[in-house]
Amino acid sequence: MTLGLLGMKVGMTRVIDERGGVSPVTVVKAGPCVVLGVRSKAREGYDAVQLGFGDVKPHRSTMPMIGHAARANTGPKRFIREIRLDAPAEVQGGDVLTVDVFSKAAVGWVDVIGTTKGKGFQGVMKRHGFGGMCASHGTERKHRSPGGIGANAPRGTGQSVKKGKRMAGHMGDVRRTASSLRLVKVDAEHDLLLIEGSVPGPVGGMVVVRKAVKKG
Amino acid sequence: MSSPLLAIVEKPYLKASVPEFHVGDTVDVMTRIVEGEKERIQAFGGVVIARRSGGINESFTVRRIVNNEGVERKFLIHSPNVVDIKVRRRGKARRAKLFFLRLRIGKARKLRELRITQRKAAEPEMAAAGV
Repeated sequence: MTLGLLGMKVGMTRVIDERGGVSPVTVVKAGPCVVLGVRSKAREGYDAVQLGFGDVKPHRSTMPMIGHAARANTGPKRFIREIRLDAPAEVQGGDVLTVDVFSKAAVGWVDVIGTTKGKGFQGVMKRHGFGGMCASHGTERKHRSPGGIGANAPRGTGQSVKKGKRMAGHMGDVRRTASSLRLVKVDAEHDLLLIEGSVPGPVGGMVVVRKAVKKG
Repeated sequence: MSSPLLAIVEKPYLKASVPEFHVGDTVDVMTRIVEGEKERIQAFGGVVIARRSGGINESFTVRRIVNNEGVERKFLIHSPNVVDIKVRRRGKARRAKLFFLRLRIGKARKLRELRITQRKAAEPEMAAAGV
């Protein structure tokens, strides 16, 4: 069975268990997801299902997307991703998956993949956690600077900065996986998953929720 | 709370009814304490100096003096460990947060607490006047 779903981040809140323990949770509206296609080892060389989540109006979509969805007897979808499987898929195009896939398989831990909030152009202190420089002791105009970025001595043909040197630049708006988060609760009635802790991306952002890879 | 879906999630964790109390009231908070297998109820009495947030996040702060030392405890209103909140005395507070009480010593702490038993009675009148 597929152990992944597509969803939308709804927001964060907290839940209190009967012993009074409090857990911060992220609410994700996951599914219903339509199976748009099946990848098989024989044909594509790997097993996976392609899922679609969230409807988009046909006039806002494109003919190729409409045609692709029509093969699964559904309308065009907002968010389409493949979920890898370790065994041949037991579903076929047009099938609808809900949060039941998590409750049936008794999944306790999940990974959530999303696109982080964009932070724009940021300096090294925020972006890479550099320490910056002294606030006083004669420091002028470089309190948040990265400091040295390389030696003056030749490396090969001449003085240079090593590749991959962490510097200021665009931060955020990248794909990130939050791994091994506890699945607190599955609300089948409203298609909601309650996942402990935070999840990449803004409220309303699209995420992939899958069974945790590293934790059983 | 921004999303109606969040309200759905929080609903089962909210208490059906919460005792009415206000900032400035002197209350006994009945807290459940679990020691190993045993469970017992312990009261924490003091003045409510703050009440914050809403929904499942709503909490309040109770301040009391123990051995001449100020002690403050925060409680989540909807925590099952807060079994009951008993109002011992109603206080008159003109602001939402009574942090200034921390600076007050001795009798000054109490001056502020006027008994206002008419509050309940005054409310229907205000409703009738259309306020």
